[in-house]
Amino acid sequence: MSNGDFSTAPTRRNLFAMIGKIGGAAAMYQAMTSLGHAAETQFEGPPGYSGGRGKVLVLGAGLAGLLAAYELTRAGYDVQVLEYQDRAGGRNYSVRGGDTITEIGGATQNVGFAPGNYLNPGPWRIPHHHRTLLHYCKTLGVELEPFIQNNTNAFVHKTDAFAGKPQRYKELAVDFKGHVAELLGKALNDGALDQKVSAEDKAKLLEAMREWGLLDANMAYSSSVSVSGQRGYDRPPGGGLDGPPTASTVNNLPDVLSSNVWTQMNFYFNYVMQTTMFQPKGGMDMVAAGFMRQIGQKVRLNTRVTSIAQGDGGVTASWTDMATGETGTATADYCVCTIPPPVLSQIDMQVGDPLKAAIRAVPMNGQLKIGLEMRSRFWEDKYSIYGGHSFTDQAISLISYPNNNFFSDGPAVLLGGFASGAGALRLAGMTPEARIEAALEQGAVFHPEEYRREYVNGASVAWSRMPWIMGCTSRWTEQSRAEHYTNLVTMDGRIVLAGEHATYYGGWMEGSMLSALDAIAQVHAKAQAA
Amino acid sequence: MKPAVALAVVLALATTSASQAQDAAGGISSVEISAEGQQVYVEVCQACHMADARGGGGAGLGIPALAGNPNMADKDLIIGVLVNGRGGMPWFTDMLSADQIAAVLTYVRSDFNAYGDPVTAAEVQSAISKAGSTAEG
Repeated sequence: MSNGDFSTAPTRRNLFAMIGKIGGAAAMYQAMTSLGHAAETQFEGPPGYSGGRGKVLVLGAGLAGLLAAYELTRAGYDVQVLEYQDRAGGRNYSVRGGDTITEIGGATQNVGFAPGNYLNPGPWRIPHHHRTLLHYCKTLGVELEPFIQNNTNAFVHKTDAFAGKPQRYKELAVDFKGHVAELLGKALNDGALDQKVSAEDKAKLLEAMREWGLLDANMAYSSSVSVSGQRGYDRPPGGGLDGPPTASTVNNLPDVLSSNVWTQMNFYFNYVMQTTMFQPKGGMDMVAAGFMRQIGQKVRLNTRVTSIAQGDGGVTASWTDMATGETGTATADYCVCTIPPPVLSQIDMQVGDPLKAAIRAVPMNGQLKIGLEMRSRFWEDKYSIYGGHSFTDQAISLISYPNNNFFSDGPAVLLGGFASGAGALRLAGMTPEARIEAALEQGAVFHPEEYRREYVNGASVAWSRMPWIMGCTSRWTEQSRAEHYTNLVTMDGRIVLAGEHATYYGGWMEGSMLSALDAIAQVHAKAQAA
Repeated sequence: MKPAVALAVVLALATTSASQAQDAAGGISSVEISAEGQQVYVEVCQACHMADARGGGGAGLGIPALAGNPNMADKDLIIGVLVNGRGGMPWFTDMLSADQIAAVLTYVRSDFNAYGDPVTAAEVQSAISKAGSTAEG
């Protein structure tokens, strides 16, 4: 059904902006809260434009470009999309058996995963509050399934803690909580905080520490069946004669501190990392496939943009067909350009100096992911791990277990590494074969008996070496935001930029899509005024 | 130049910030980067510029070659690239120390090009002081 014509009534976004102008940010926030919108998303529903006339050229068929093309088409514009790769989706990407990954420098991987198995090298998890993305998944018929974000039964490994032996997250987290509670209890009972808290709050805090930390009668964190009710038992509860459980032994404070487990605990507190999370069934690129079902005939693949010009008459993009060598031009009244900055800064584009400077001011991070196909789901059978992540301080950063096809037989792909920073660069600099070897070596710390034995094949995507983007997520500083962000996202004549770089929500599909919505709002406003 | 003998390795603390916005694995990293120029190149630079420092083509011009690159004559220019970033390449001041930047630039200038005079940590530090930017993420 149509979303109505908003040309006569203010949109929610406009309404909030008006309230914001009159009453300031606090009033706007209050208004948004009363409408149940604050702190969730800036998404106010699909734009629902109508009366679009003329032609819009969209450069790049990632999620920003696809969304722009989809909504502009619905609004009545004549849309054409040019895409460099032989597939749509951009970073919305899944790697499957039969695929080829070719890097800058020429290294080529032929992916050997079994049918149905895949690696999501880019985005792989969707927070419940990414309402734009969730809206389009629903609209486009992209089926979602739960992404197991928090698995307390997975491992935490730190090279110099516990002699390098991984520990179950639940044991470390419960122990950390217990020891902290005991210490705060001691400080309170010693009167160390009497100047800071009232007698009433002190009593409540002592009660809280006893309950929260599972402290014993002496306000100490110690091994017991009760504590094992959270961190796990040596012998779990059973039936009949062998029914009674036996307690596990808590770790001492220095050992727990050496694990840095609070970094994982805190990780799960991040707004973008909180459950519920989702993934598309069958691979993340099902989102792009959903858009392509609607507007696929408007997308020209294998098309390398070589220059972008504009004038009074319109926009012209020159292109070369990567498959045939054919050259041509595409003309339009307006252009939504989603080509990522590292590439765009290398293309001759007729825009003003402020936008040119902004494009040059957004470098990218080079994350890296590795998929390892294993003959069996030993992590489920032997370790009772169903989805979720085991963390390590090695370059691979984690291994993550598949969230689909639980309990099935046959090969499964686990994420053998999700590296960023120095770890990603270290792995990206290796040959694909050496990356797999490093991933097996490092990941085997969690499952030493099975990891190499069950390994079948693997694939890696080193984003810094992907020819079509040369990076994974954009990088801003406070300084570059202040100097360049507004210039980057402001329409320059007939051209407006969109994509992961043109948002404060970098590194997330949600950001790319919000960026696209803002870009097409600028196009539509300009077209309507023309 | 006097080789940097001190094992001043950088502990790259990745993504521990609670306000961390972009997707990342979570937890800390113990990945250490060498103090020695050639090794810094292997561990960091060749992720993009390739082991032979010849870069490669992409959707735009691609990744520039560092080998046989006339820009390497201009020390201020290439120090500036590592300190401030350039185009798609980020700054490296939050991953490498001034000593490491000096060491790797000296290596690239001498082994992939023909410029024998070293880049010093003092020169790099001077450029860092002028820049003074902080990463958002």
